[in-house]
Amino acid sequence: MKDISTKRVGLTDSVFFLSMGIIGGSYVLLILLLLVADIAYMVQGASWGEVVFENPMVLALAKPEIRYSIMLSLISCTLSAILSLLVAVPIGWLLSRFRFRGRNLLDAILDIPIVLPPLVVGLSLLILFQFWPLTARLPFVGMSLNEFVVYQIPAVILAQFAVAAAFAVRTMKATFDEINPRCEQVALTLGCSRMQSFMRVTLPEAGRGMLTAFTLAWARALGEFGPLLIFAGATRNKTEVLSTTVYLELSIGDLEAAVAVSLIMVFAAVSVLLITRVWGARDVMV
Amino acid sequence: MIVVDNITVHAGDFVLRDVSFKLNAGEYGALMGRTGCGKTTLLEAIIGLKQVQGGAIQIGERDVTHERPAARGIGYVPQDGALFSTMTVRDHLAFALEIRRLPKDQIQNRVDELAQWLGIEHLLTRRPFGLSGGERQRVAMGRALSFYPAILLLDEPLSAVDEETRGEMYELLRRVQKQSGVTVLHVTHNAEEAREMADVVFVLRDGKIQKEGA
Repeated sequence: MKDISTKRVGLTDSVFFLSMGIIGGSYVLLILLLLVADIAYMVQGASWGEVVFENPMVLALAKPEIRYSIMLSLISCTLSAILSLLVAVPIGWLLSRFRFRGRNLLDAILDIPIVLPPLVVGLSLLILFQFWPLTARLPFVGMSLNEFVVYQIPAVILAQFAVAAAFAVRTMKATFDEINPRCEQVALTLGCSRMQSFMRVTLPEAGRGMLTAFTLAWARALGEFGPLLIFAGATRNKTEVLSTTVYLELSIGDLEAAVAVSLIMVFAAVSVLLITRVWGARDVMV
Repeated sequence: MIVVDNITVHAGDFVLRDVSFKLNAGEYGALMGRTGCGKTTLLEAIIGLKQVQGGAIQIGERDVTHERPAARGIGYVPQDGALFSTMTVRDHLAFALEIRRLPKDQIQNRVDELAQWLGIEHLLTRRPFGLSGGERQRVAMGRALSFYPAILLLDEPLSAVDEETRGEMYELLRRVQKQSGVTVLHVTHNAEEAREMADVVFVLRDGKIQKEGA
């Protein structure tokens, strides 16, 4: 008689879970190995004293130009993340709540910064600023927007923002999609104007999503390189941010310093990630 | 009093045409109909969440057909409660009154009164997360009644409530209506619920309303 028992089910289930775990785990392992390799490269052959006091990271931190680049990175990433959130909230809400003519087109346009090669974003920004009115001399200021932005600090922020905002928009749209629109409608019946219902009901509900969008935009801005190189340049003590530092150190053959700065970036990104995770989790617990 | 006079409402491809009914002040009306027959669309038109393409809606003596939801003075309890996840139960009850900038002591008094009516005094500092179906509906009802509306619209308020709590909720609804004197329109697809609660039953069938005495 044909065996129709199900005793082999247990085996196939464990094989299934094992293969899922192995396939998934290999990627997690790759991520961890990347970080471990950086650290291992830095500490190889050094004594404990050297590791603590003379490692390339400490040496890198001692250089004024690298301290400048850390400071500029922190400030520019924070500003571009704030700007990203500022545009992502209204766009995300409008896209999530309303079906209007041209909505699909708008949706596609918002993906352009994500799919466009970063260098092209930078080049396009550079070209945009060659056109009037951006080249027109502003009254009272004595300079044009072009002179004020291109190859200057504002270019760093604008280049970071141009790409980071697209990620923030995606996150905010998903956030608003998850919030029950009925809540806003109920607020309207309770006497709210559209603006009141948005500010008092929708935005507080979107708090966690806003935090995620901010973090994502911040991390994205930190890693931005291509557009910066073209649009803001890589001038030491002027438009140099951490990603540019890695490039500059590599270009003069100082691999140790490049790795050290990379690790500083890793710490910065992981810290932001952890802070927002902990903050977000606390928000849920309340 | 609610008077719906020959209204036409579009909701996507779905159209409700020339719908009329009248519910007198202080009455408890049930609006029945199968799922997908347009009950919620009709309710949204009365509340002002959906534009009507024709006809008129009157609340009391006022024509509210083109008024914003905020100006209509209708308390609305949606099917899922739609509570505000970041607010405490107290915030829910005070919300509409804070929007109207009432003095703090008056808000406090109203919150206490509602909490007592609805038996949710012990929940005032809680947030919606973790409240039972019945508790959520009580909070949603308190929020809808807080600003002394003339009309209370309930959209399937007991669909998420278990059988045991249902009896309690019937009792509560009756008591609340008596205490507040509010005119209630209660949407349901449950015939027993309609018979149990309503003075008058409206049935929405094939886009038309038929009135049946309860």
